[in-house]
Amino acid sequence: MNSKRHILTLLVDNEPGVLSRVAGLFSGRGFNIESLCVAPTLDAGQSRITVSTKANPPLIEQIEKQLNKLINIIKVRDLSIDDAVQREMAIIRVKATSQTRAEILRIVDIFRCKVVDVGTEQYTIEVTGDQGKIQALLRLLKPIGIKEIARTGPVALRRSPK
Amino acid sequence: MKMTGAQIFLAMLKQEAVDTIFGFPGGVLLDIYDEIYKSDIRHILVRHEQGAVHAADGYARASGKVGVCLVTSGPGATNTVTGVATAYMDSIPMVVFTGQVPTQLIGNDAFQEVDIVGITRPCTKHNYLVKDTNDLARVVREAFHIARSGRPGPVLVDIPKNVANGVVEFNPEKNGQKLQMRAYNPTYDPNTRQLKKVVEMIRKAKRPVLFGGGGIILSGASEAFTHLSSRARIPVTASLMGLGGFPGTDPLWLGMPGMHGTFRANMSLGECDLLIGVGVRFDDRVTGRTDTFAPKAKIVHIDIDPTSIRKNVAVAVPVVGDCKISLDALNAMLDTEDLGDIEAARRPWLEQIEEWKSTQPLAYEQGEELIKPQFVVEKLFELTAGKAIITTEVGQNQMWAAQYYHFDQPNHFLSSGGLGTMGFGLPAALGAQIAYPDKLVVDVAGDGSIQMNIQEMATAVQYCLPVKVAILNNGYLGMVRQWQQIFYDRRYSCTTMDHAPDFAKLAEAYGAVGLRATKPSEVVPVLEEAIATPRPVIMDFVVEKEENVYPMVPAGKSITEMLLA
Repeated sequence: MNSKRHILTLLVDNEPGVLSRVAGLFSGRGFNIESLCVAPTLDAGQSRITVSTKANPPLIEQIEKQLNKLINIIKVRDLSIDDAVQREMAIIRVKATSQTRAEILRIVDIFRCKVVDVGTEQYTIEVTGDQGKIQALLRLLKPIGIKEIARTGPVALRRSPK
Repeated sequence: MKMTGAQIFLAMLKQEAVDTIFGFPGGVLLDIYDEIYKSDIRHILVRHEQGAVHAADGYARASGKVGVCLVTSGPGATNTVTGVATAYMDSIPMVVFTGQVPTQLIGNDAFQEVDIVGITRPCTKHNYLVKDTNDLARVVREAFHIARSGRPGPVLVDIPKNVANGVVEFNPEKNGQKLQMRAYNPTYDPNTRQLKKVVEMIRKAKRPVLFGGGGIILSGASEAFTHLSSRARIPVTASLMGLGGFPGTDPLWLGMPGMHGTFRANMSLGECDLLIGVGVRFDDRVTGRTDTFAPKAKIVHIDIDPTSIRKNVAVAVPVVGDCKISLDALNAMLDTEDLGDIEAARRPWLEQIEEWKSTQPLAYEQGEELIKPQFVVEKLFELTAGKAIITTEVGQNQMWAAQYYHFDQPNHFLSSGGLGTMGFGLPAALGAQIAYPDKLVVDVAGDGSIQMNIQEMATAVQYCLPVKVAILNNGYLGMVRQWQQIFYDRRYSCTTMDHAPDFAKLAEAYGAVGLRATKPSEVVPVLEEAIATPRPVIMDFVVEKEENVYPMVPAGKSITEMLLA
């Protein structure tokens, strides 16, 4: 059956161990975690966990139900690409020689991201965007030479009702 | 009023109507045990923490109340893990309190420190580490609420030593308010539209089957379940956890289905056109190959836990709700429904089932010389009129107890179904005996299993708990040996238990009564003597060594492909 990428946004009690419960649920039942992002919300007693996972329809149904069953989970929502605003951030260290420097800066300009650090042989680029934009940027930078990368994985919120 | 954490702990237990704790003390629990000494709560001192948890489990299964244990930190806590996982797999309401090192030492590899909350996260319904004495009362209240509500389960509460002797203001009246948990709200009331669909399906079905499980027992739905069967004339099967939820002596009873189920139960599931599962989880022991399970049936699944629905089998009509509430509602709808001449409609189906029953009944041959283990269970059933509380260990003893003892009431068959924990039966019997001091409680055991928690015989003697242990002694790890015989060409790898103690002498050493039967003619006299003895008894039945449990569905086969002999 068809596996699709799902972004699950979980509203949880801000209690010690909640992240461990969620991660343990995924690993214990063999569900995969592609990325995981967690931080408090406006309400200090609540945090938001954004998990992205790949699953076919019966599996994603089971994952959502199991998450709902956890005592500290307040709400679970599956944000499909269409009805959510989805953003991810990446910090990328690229090899920068005298030949490639100009090209890198051109790409940075086109993608409207930023150079946040400069070295003798490298630039560090910061980019924010949806998954598609990050992927596209990485594809272009790869032949130039990516040294290191740190990604957050997606966070997402539902779009406003029209 | 200012109270210490230990005093608050006892006050909260009282508030939760707890009158019995099963436990074992230790260094970090000294303050709590000091308060127990001064209180009138009953504390049962076991001989191994695993015994404490299984005893609390047996107590809960028999009585429907929340079982409570208290053990110390480190090894005391880790010794409870098997018992907690046992209760988790079978959804038994229980709160396990573990002592912990003082908060300032946590994470420091202190003496007798373990991260028990981390260790039991996957096998508890929920767990807590109390970091502040001010939180203790709330946590205890939440723990009991979580343990007994929705789909019940074990909750672990870790109490550091300094939390137990911290002094805070405690106001009992305030804690009597209704508990609201933001993130936890189980669904009890079923969707009426879904129930209407079920009524329609019952009306149209030609070959229906009712399948009940542990949820029927936990919810107290046995009467409603029986009423549904008789009103709509639907034959009934039940998983191991559901035995007793429907009378085992009723003519509509099919026996247990699955790997060691009866022929007629498995064939009925294979041929039915409507399967109504109530409080079950369609576990692999029951379904066999899932892609050929109940191939001709539309499945209705009524359960309080949405995660069990559509996990293993395709469900046509899911109903999320408490079993009793859902069945009461369904019965109310059916009572006003005209089902036509239901007797005539069911006759062909019931006749087919009768044919399966008479051509392939559960059978064994009892000769003159060697005792057959099934014979012991049958005689036990007859002599107790089917009214004893039966606990079991795991393996062949468990299967024969399930097959040959016919339970007419719920909460009388206490067996580790989901985890299959050897060593469960004896401590669970003690817990059940504590809950019902006037009932007869019998543990059906194997010679392998009984040795796992034999030390609890000391507990039985200390508290004068007259449980009877019936060991089906075949000198082997029976169930594994059976598989090795059938699938591994009789290569009995490490399944020969040939240095067992003299169990009758062992009983006497503990201060209990020891009896032995080596011939079929001795079985009834031994059982009668044990039942008449107002003390704990071990009966060593030396049985046929290589008897197998049949029917048997081999792994990976459908349940209609049974080995019959």
